[in-house]
Amino acid sequence: MTRVWRWLADRWVMGVALLVLGYLSLPIMVVAGLSFNRPSSRLSYDFDEFTLDNWRNPCATSDMCDAVVRSVQIGFIATVVATVVGTLMAFALVRHRFRGRSGINLLIFLPMATPELVMGTSLLALFVSAGVPQGFWTVVIAHVMFCVSFVVVTVKARLAGMDRRLEEAAMDLYASEWQTFRLVTLPLVLPGIVAAALLAFSLSFDDFIITNFNAGTTVTFPMYVWGAAQRGIPPQVNVIGTAMFVIALLLVGVSSLRGRRARRARIMSAVRPNGPS
Amino acid sequence: MSALAHVPTPSGPAAPAPPPRRGRHRLLPYLLLLPGAAWLFVFFAVPLLQLAAASLYDPSGSLSTGYALTWAFSNYPDALQAYWPQFARSFGYAGIALVLALLLGYPLAYAIAQKAGRWKNLLLVCVVAPMFTSFLVRTLAWKTILSDNGWFVGLLRDVHLLAPDGRLLATPFAVILGLTYNFLPFLVLPLYASLERLDHRLLEAAGDLYANPVQTFRRVTLPLSMPGLIAGTLLFFIPATGDYINAELLGTPNEYMIGNVIDSAFLVRLDYPQGAALSFLLMAAILAVVFGYLRRAGTEEVL
Repeated sequence: MTRVWRWLADRWVMGVALLVLGYLSLPIMVVAGLSFNRPSSRLSYDFDEFTLDNWRNPCATSDMCDAVVRSVQIGFIATVVATVVGTLMAFALVRHRFRGRSGINLLIFLPMATPELVMGTSLLALFVSAGVPQGFWTVVIAHVMFCVSFVVVTVKARLAGMDRRLEEAAMDLYASEWQTFRLVTLPLVLPGIVAAALLAFSLSFDDFIITNFNAGTTVTFPMYVWGAAQRGIPPQVNVIGTAMFVIALLLVGVSSLRGRRARRARIMSAVRPNGPS
Repeated sequence: MSALAHVPTPSGPAAPAPPPRRGRHRLLPYLLLLPGAAWLFVFFAVPLLQLAAASLYDPSGSLSTGYALTWAFSNYPDALQAYWPQFARSFGYAGIALVLALLLGYPLAYAIAQKAGRWKNLLLVCVVAPMFTSFLVRTLAWKTILSDNGWFVGLLRDVHLLAPDGRLLATPFAVILGLTYNFLPFLVLPLYASLERLDHRLLEAAGDLYANPVQTFRRVTLPLSMPGLIAGTLLFFIPATGDYINAELLGTPNEYMIGNVIDSAFLVRLDYPQGAALSFLLMAAILAVVFGYLRRAGTEEVL
């Protein structure tokens, strides 16, 4: 009897899990489907007729492609700045003792716990009272602000899990501090930094609420979609949505494949010390 | 390259000097922290003060004539009186969505952590996958799914769960469904991390001691997953309460949440004192709920 129960319980949980995954992936499938749609009217949200036109000229509505390019530019600059600044902070937090640690921790934690709405409106209030015209650069500033905390947390996790003895061994072998950093520490932390940068880029590229309050007349991709939702969404929006999804999926696939290959290579070279490295 | 020249060769005749050790840069941590801390201070902390000041501006001013800081505390009760339905709705919708997300997310996290075996990573990717594409585009996809002549509404009408002229779009149901969908991964991921560390032998031990599955869940699984549950709940609830994209795209003004009001106060009506007061009220309310919840849950380690 217990066995029957357990069998049922096992399947029951997995069944619910698969249904929930279906719920989570349904919109993506709809977006992919709609990217092949020729809508009957501008305000139609239904699938009307199959076409490849949207994929053939994704830039038929040029405002949208301008917005995508602008989002990529903002995302790129914000990612570089946030990753550099955040990585430095992570090193300080994991590797050094200093006064005021709890204050710094709070300063890093709070932006992640504050509603975006509050951050967006408060920055708007600052820019307006300081007389700073809003546009491209105010959006970059805002994006760096909310990305830094996520970079710090991601890099910190990687750094904290690192074996300090590897660096001590390098120093024992008379590597200078800089050499140790460049040849041992950096390569070991790099996956964490890359993950942090990807996270920062995706946060920046997809941000709507904070951007909306600080963009002035600058239009990013999410802002374009927001505006278009009132006027009618061009089907090319779904092409961009699908392409983003596919690119991200490929990145994940490649990185997990490389990780697996690297692990296998390490095991092989450990088993056969004289084999090809 | 020049650094290499200074490295003494260990095989050299002279006794090698002790390798250098760190601990001589007392200022280094501050230099490393400076850019990031300054950025967060100037663009996160200072703006909050500015927002606090703006919430106390004389409400009769305007953006063109300029605002005067008159410590107009009455902005707060005034704003609350005008918009308490939207306030209540924000917490109501986010609360219902949270309950739904827990009902959907717990089995999902549990199945991935404990039952998925070699499919674990693939299923995890499926959880994160929705976030690979744009938040707004995904939310708009719900407009297609829930549309009046879509298959979903048709199905519900056929099985009489929905009146023949009933609809889903532009109802509270659609907004809550969208909120649940959009923030579910934030709940599932920390929960998964907790459940993944759960030692399967503990569950077997509970079974050996004649606990039934429900008891095992309540006495073993649930308490051990508490840290992930708390973190996930907060990561879900905070953005869901402040969200106004779902209410705007899937609802009507009857479903507007406080975010819609704040958005229009700042960007349409240009009533900064009111918008700032509402923003602060939102943050205070969320903090009150969060700290009340943390106290009851009895764990402060998530902070």
